[in-house]
Order: sequence, then C-alpha cells, then structure tokens
Amino acid sequence: MSIVTPREMVGRIGFYVLVGLVTAFFALPMLWLVATPFDDQPGLALSVPDPTLGNFSELLDNRLALPSLLNSILLAAGTALLVVVFAATAAYALSRVRIPGRDIMLYLLLLLSSIVTGTAAMVPIFLLMFELGLIDSRVGVVLVLSGGLLPAAIFILKDFMDSVPKSYEESARVFGASSFQILRDVVVPVIRPGLATIAVWTIVNVWGNFLVPFILLRDADKQPAAVLMRTFYTEGGSPNLALISTFSLLFSIPVIAMYLFVNRRYGFRFYGGIKS
Amino acid sequence: MASIQLDGLTKVYPGDVRAVDALDLSIVDGEFFALLGPSGCGKTTLLRTIAGLEEATSGTVRIGDRDVTQLPPGKRELAMVFQDYALFPHMTVADNISYPLKIKGLAKPERLTKAVEAGEELSLGGLMERRPGELSGGQQQRVALARAIAVHPQVFLFDEPLSNLDARLRLEARTFLKRLQRELGVTTVFVTHDQAEALAMADRMAVMDAGKIRQVGTAREVFQRPASTFVANFIGSTPMNLLPGVVQGDGVDVSGQRIPMPADSREHVADGQDVVVGVRPEYLTLSQSAADGALHGVVAIIENLGTSALVTLEADGFTVAATVPDGEEPPIGADAWVSAAEGRTLVYRASDGELVDAPVAAAIA
Repeated sequence: MSIVTPREMVGRIGFYVLVGLVTAFFALPMLWLVATPFDDQPGLALSVPDPTLGNFSELLDNRLALPSLLNSILLAAGTALLVVVFAATAAYALSRVRIPGRDIMLYLLLLLSSIVTGTAAMVPIFLLMFELGLIDSRVGVVLVLSGGLLPAAIFILKDFMDSVPKSYEESARVFGASSFQILRDVVVPVIRPGLATIAVWTIVNVWGNFLVPFILLRDADKQPAAVLMRTFYTEGGSPNLALISTFSLLFSIPVIAMYLFVNRRYGFRFYGGIKS
Repeated sequence: MASIQLDGLTKVYPGDVRAVDALDLSIVDGEFFALLGPSGCGKTTLLRTIAGLEEATSGTVRIGDRDVTQLPPGKRELAMVFQDYALFPHMTVADNISYPLKIKGLAKPERLTKAVEAGEELSLGGLMERRPGELSGGQQQRVALARAIAVHPQVFLFDEPLSNLDARLRLEARTFLKRLQRELGVTTVFVTHDQAEALAMADRMAVMDAGKIRQVGTAREVFQRPASTFVANFIGSTPMNLLPGVVQGDGVDVSGQRIPMPADSREHVADGQDVVVGVRPEYLTLSQSAADGALHGVVAIIENLGTSALVTLEADGFTVAATVPDGEEPPIGADAWVSAAEGRTLVYRASDGELVDAPVAAAIA
C-alpha cells in the first residue's frame, strides 16, 4: 500500500464522482428504455413502473408495427449481403493487384463518402432513383445504402486482405486449387472476423437510417421501423409514449442480440492480422 | 519420381530485372539438390519458376519427360514447403494435411486416413486435432512436410526450410530432412542462403549469383575446388584465404614473399600474370620455424572455434588465416609460417576470378 496524501485523496474522490455522473447521464435513457414499456402510465420521467404488458398489446394493434420490423430486417440483410460480397471482392482485388494511385483512390473514396453524406446528396440521389424507376422500391433503398457504405467497408477489408500472407494462396495453388477454391477455403475463413465486423456495422447503419428509406419509399407497408416510429402520435397530437417506448425496446433488441452473437462467434476487429 | 531439366530458363521482372538469366541445369532423379547463394541472387525466383508460381520469360522446365513450362502449378505434380510453412490457421492439422487431397477430389474418410498416415510418419500422431497456432515451430514444419508428402508428388520444393527454426532445432531438422528425403527417394530441390546447410544436406548444389549459376557440384567439389573467387568466398564457415600475387617462373610472388606454383596450374599461366592464390585455412599448416615456400607473418588474432582455433597472421601487404588444433595456438605477436598441404592451393585469374585452367569466357558481362 502506498501512502495517499489528502490532496490525492480529494482528487480521486472527485474523479470517481465525475465518472459516476457521466455514467448516470448515459445510463438514464437506457433505464428509461427498459422500464417505460412496462409502465402503465408512461411518461418522459424515469419512474419505477407500475407493471403492465398493456403497452405491448396496444403496439400489436398497430397494423404496421411488426411488419415494419420485418421491413427493417429485409433492408438490413439485403444491404449487408451486397456490402460484404462486393467489399470483399473489391478489397481482395485491390490488395492483390498493383494499380498506380491505388492508395490515393481509396482515401478519396473514403473521404468523399464521409463528407458527401446521404443528406447532402439526397436530391441527386432521388432524381437518379426516379430516372431508374426505383422510387418506392426496397431494391432502390438497398442500392443507395450499399453505395454509401461500400467505400469504408472496402477500406477496412483491404487491411484484412493485406494481412493474409501470399504464401497461403500460393501453397493452395501449388496443390492445384482454383481461384474460387482459394477464396472459399483459405481467404474467406482467415478474414472471417473482418467480414463479420463489416456485416454487423452495415446492419447497424441501415437499421438506424431514417432519411433514405423515408424519402425513397412511398408505400406505408414498406416502411422500416426507423421510419414508422415518427407516426406514433395520439389523436390529440402529442407523442404516444406508450407506443414509442415499447417499439423502441423491440427495435433495439435484434441489434443487441446480433451484436452479442457475432461477437461471441467471431470476435470484432477493425484491423487485419492472423491470430496465432 | 522424376528428374528436372532446365534449358535456357530466364525470368525477367518488369523494369528489366533479370532474376534468372539463361540458366541450364539438370537435377537427377532422386537427388537432394540445393540452390545456394546470397540474398537476391535469384535462387528463390528459380524455385518459384520451377513450381510455376512465376512464369518463365523464356526457356523450358521439364519434370521427368513432361515439358511443364506452360502448365499451372497444380498440374506439375510437385509439392512445395514455404519458408513460413503456409499452414492454414483456421484448419486443424488433419485438415491441413488433407487439404491437397480434398482439392484432388478424394472423399473425406479416405483423405483423413491418408492424412493420419502421413502424420504418423512424421510423428504428429497426437496433434491431429490441434490448430497450427498451438504447435511449436518444429511441429509446424513437420505438418507442412506431411502435407507435402501426402500428395505423393514427383518433386519436392523447399524454400529456406530451416530458416524459421531456432539454432538448436535447425541441426536436428537438418538430419531429419536428409533422412526423410533418403527414405522417400523423391527428387528434392531446396533453397538456402546458408552454405553450411547446403554442404550438410545436399547431394549436389548449385551456387548462384546475379541470376546465374557459378558452380554446380557435390559438397566436396564445391568446398575443395571452388570454381571462382566468388564461390571460394561464399563457401566454408571460415573464409578462404585469397591472396593477390604475380606469377614469377615456377612460383607466385605474394607481396614480396614467394610460394610454389601448384603443378597442375603451371601450364595455364604466363610469367608476370596477375593471379589470386586461394587456400582454405583448414588446409594450411602453421609452424613456428621458417620453412621453404611458406608465408611468414606475425600472429595477430586467435579465434576459438571449439575443437580448433583460427589464427590470423599479419604480413606486409596481406593477412592469412590458418586453423590449428586446440592447445597448439602460438602466442600473439610471435613469428609464424604457414604452408599449404599438397594439392590444396588453387590459382585464380585476377582478371575474371575464374580458375586458371578454366576456359576464358568470350565476353565478360
């Protein structure tokens, strides 16, 4: 045990108080999210719930609530599939083929895709989708979202691809494996944590995206959950906290469950490298 | 089993880098053959060209009676062990060994049986369910070897097979590899930059420099009679003494001291020609009394080599090293004389570094 001066002691106490306050600041909304759906009298304040499941049955009465979750899943799964497949193949090619200016190009893509966000490009994107006849189509939403996420996904996956030693592929080639067999049997399994990370990251991005599906989808039956939530008002015009809190909880659970599952199964990493 | 025949093999990389330069070489069926040379001499490129991982710019590669120059690596019936072993980290030992058999389309039970057989042969019995990350370096190497053996190839190619092992294990693996190759009788080509490794393991070796082969021969031939000063410098754990001199009658003048010209070199030199006299420290006898035809110097450095010691003499204009049995080292600062054992002195032309009895190349690149 080291000797603690009073001055250090005060500093330490102050530090922990600060940490406690910050933690509480972030924890309160979470607690609200968990408690309010079960509250008979849902409000904006956090209170010990008067337990009921009535909010859930009210939510089930909403014709669009559960289908909208399914819509979210469709959009997220479709986008994740596109992003993983195209990012993996593009990253593989970029990692293995020498093109002049490759790294500059990757940086530019990443930079542009993060500066020119969906919001800024929404008008041209809308016009483009209109010309292509993809307004009010889930395919259109998936394409737009994929386009926005691909540059960063390629950038991250290229790092994973770079970390797969060439000798793995050469060894397989000497044994007579085709390019497809090499990709399937060697490269993909080795970078599986990278693919899992990209898939989850894509799903989370799509799951919470409001603007793109809001603008591109007309039909209420195709709305994903994030868009539907804006319609939960009472007849008097004030927010229907019972529906909003209950739906928010249902909206969060799939993503959290997926995160836990993938993390357990593959582990998240944002960098390449072979664990030995 | 098959021989390997290379004719005019050339590999030019973009930027006009000639990694392998018009190379002819034949490797006999069942031979353990070393490609030896300093870094960047083209030995690994040559191995990879034989494997088909690099495309030959010109020339042909024949394995047995097949011309494989245009074949992809998978159709050449060879197995390669990489420097880093290239074991697939996500597969168990059994899956790693049987992967080539899977590519060949064998059913799962059959290929697992074969994998276990190959594993047993290399005493990997209890490790079949482990992953490469859970194995020691030596075990990983044996898995890579088992994977190569399991496909029963015509030819084995090893790229620096011992460089990833620690020094102690390297000696064991050397013996082990040599025995394995003898038992299997498969033609094997391995690349190394370590001359001791090549001398110890190979039946024959090619010493390479700048994309060309400088000498091909058995370990004994290359050690005792290096074809050029480059090979002489490169081979041997103690560097060969290379003393510049001038031919004078039936002797050579080395910075004012005279040593006899070996009989078999005499007819190939002219009076007054510049030459380099080469003699290994192991073939020099050191004495502390003057002798006829011996070189005189002062003992400057003594390096202990275990069972012998390397004594370096300094003379006017050159230094010369000789090995002496342990316990017979002269004191530092003493006068000493060294003379070469009969027939162990080599004479090189100063102009191109080749032995004087070698034909003069038409043009020196």
